[in-house]
Amino acid sequence: MSRKWVISAATAAAALFIGLGAVQAADKKLVVGFSQIGSESGWRAAETKTAKAEAEKRGIDLKISDAQQKQENQIKAVRSFVAQGVDAIFIAPVVATGWDSVLKEAKEAKIPVVLLDRQIETKDPSLYMTAVTSDTVHEGRVAGEWLAKQTGGKCAVVELQGTVGSSPAINRKKGFDEIVAKNPGMKIVRTQSGDFTRAKGKEVMESFIKAENGGKGICAVYAHNDDMAVGAIQAIKEAGLKPGKDILVVSIDGVPDIFKAMAEGEANATVELTPNMAGPAYDALIAFKKDGKAPPKWIQTESALFTPETAKAEYERRKDAY
Amino acid sequence: MMLSAPGPSRNLPQYGALLVVLLANWLLFPDFFAIRLQDGRLFGSLIDVLNRGAPVALLAIGMTMVIATRGVDLSVGAVMAISGAVAATMTGAGWGLPAVLAASLAAGLLCGLWNGLLVAVLRIQPIIATLILMVAGRGIAQLITEGQIVTFTSPALAFIGGGSFLTVPMPVVLTILVLAVTALLVRATALGLMIEAVGINRLSSAGAGVNTPVVLVAVYVWCGLCAAVAGLIVTADIRGADANNAGLWLELDAILAVVVGGTSLLGGRFGLVLSVVGALIIQAMNTGILLSGFKPEFNLIVKAGVLMVVLLLQSPTLTLFLPRPKGARPMGAVKPPVAPPPVAPKSGGAKP
Repeated sequence: MSRKWVISAATAAAALFIGLGAVQAADKKLVVGFSQIGSESGWRAAETKTAKAEAEKRGIDLKISDAQQKQENQIKAVRSFVAQGVDAIFIAPVVATGWDSVLKEAKEAKIPVVLLDRQIETKDPSLYMTAVTSDTVHEGRVAGEWLAKQTGGKCAVVELQGTVGSSPAINRKKGFDEIVAKNPGMKIVRTQSGDFTRAKGKEVMESFIKAENGGKGICAVYAHNDDMAVGAIQAIKEAGLKPGKDILVVSIDGVPDIFKAMAEGEANATVELTPNMAGPAYDALIAFKKDGKAPPKWIQTESALFTPETAKAEYERRKDAY
Repeated sequence: MMLSAPGPSRNLPQYGALLVVLLANWLLFPDFFAIRLQDGRLFGSLIDVLNRGAPVALLAIGMTMVIATRGVDLSVGAVMAISGAVAATMTGAGWGLPAVLAASLAAGLLCGLWNGLLVAVLRIQPIIATLILMVAGRGIAQLITEGQIVTFTSPALAFIGGGSFLTVPMPVVLTILVLAVTALLVRATALGLMIEAVGINRLSSAGAGVNTPVVLVAVYVWCGLCAAVAGLIVTADIRGADANNAGLWLELDAILAVVVGGTSLLGGRFGLVLSVVGALIIQAMNTGILLSGFKPEFNLIVKAGVLMVVLLLQSPTLTLFLPRPKGARPMGAVKPPVAPPPVAPKSGGAKP
């Protein structure tokens, strides 16, 4: 008898909570669940921070789940978001494959899914509403175009590649190579992997300088990310050369430290990979909820080029976001 | 006792391999041996090999002792990240160099102590015991740096990575210093013999009066200290602590250096200098590949190929077919365990 009473009381209490939840959901405030990869880099932390700030701006209730670099955690997070009945799910997918079944569950629950920063591989593109990413090939192109313009299309470039086989490394090389192919005076004289890290970027640059006649044969270094460029700058300095003058430095990402280097005249240009992936996603979602118009399948973020003139102000603006 | 085992034939594969790799680099890049002074510091590809090889050489020195006790320390890469994170964060907070160095080394010492206690007192297998810190350590480093690359501008700390002493880069000076101190500790006292005894048979050496827990804890602590010095060097070199990447996978390079140096993973006899030579072989290959202009896709294959040859030259089965000078012992041979008197380690002067 008493047990039955407890159960019914509990059920009543639960119903009350669910009811409260329903009241809140009816309050027009959009609830977005965001399954973030983790915080493996400064850029990633900035992406999370910006997602929060942009949500606040638009009055969106953002729930973030940190997957600690594991897909299984992301799948769990998506299931729990579906169970909570959120209005939309954002995923920054840690890997490209293996999403079909969990995305089907979200689709059956009629919850739109937006991919942030990376694409997935699936046979059924209706499983997600849109993907907000940058075009990494385009980033390479922007860097190459700047260098071609700056040097009048005549430049012996050394290239610091990202991790061998990673998609940003492949694409950033591809975009840059396109521009090199268009300018007969431009040539990549050395290319090696610096694993996207400062330490390796420095080590590889040291060897490049020695291999190219003490750096005299090098007009510019193109690094697939800013961290390698920062390492390369140190290597150039230790070889008795002036980074930014004797050897031009151009890289991609737009992290605060490269703006600092540019302000000090040691780097020349960076192409920003904006950490604001969530902003355009919110806007697409709000428009979709308002008039049911589905956004395009791919929302490309801007790959803006930054040069030393604005570096100081940009550094001040960014240093707290990262 | 000598720094390494007697007889030139035993060391031939290591020194020979280093020479061959250096010569190959010279063939690929004729200016390989060219050295000049740049801002009061030696500058050249050969110097790069020594300078860039320093962190792995330091790890290998500590790792040699651990492996000689039939253990292994997988956590050294993570310990590097921790010590670097401590150094950069404290420097950023305005602490002076002595306090920063003391704290970083203390962090390495604590990590070593943790590993040593797990292995010596709780008797967890070394590969598992140190795996714990390998995984957790990087997380600890990330907590310290709050997931960012913490940069600093202090010239005092940067000197450890980029400075020089009598034109020799500081990382090389520090490695020589640590090697000399380690060699003195293990070869001028009975400690080396006790380490070998523990590695050959822990039970019998305990029965013979060796205080095995103390010996084991001591080698893991020393290994942690070596890793902390290596961590300081890489942090000072890039003027920033990169908790995600500092020392990543270097534990494997260190183990490789020790094995290339001819120390058996089964414990027992060890050669400190040879382990450093092993580290230099690995780095000479890395530098050679960078100078050669090969596509980066080939890096790992070239490296693996050369290493295979070096290890084959040491294979007990294959060395049987090689001519051996009179009196030289085969590679696998170990000394009969000698029972030293149960003196406290590091007491100095007590020779068996």
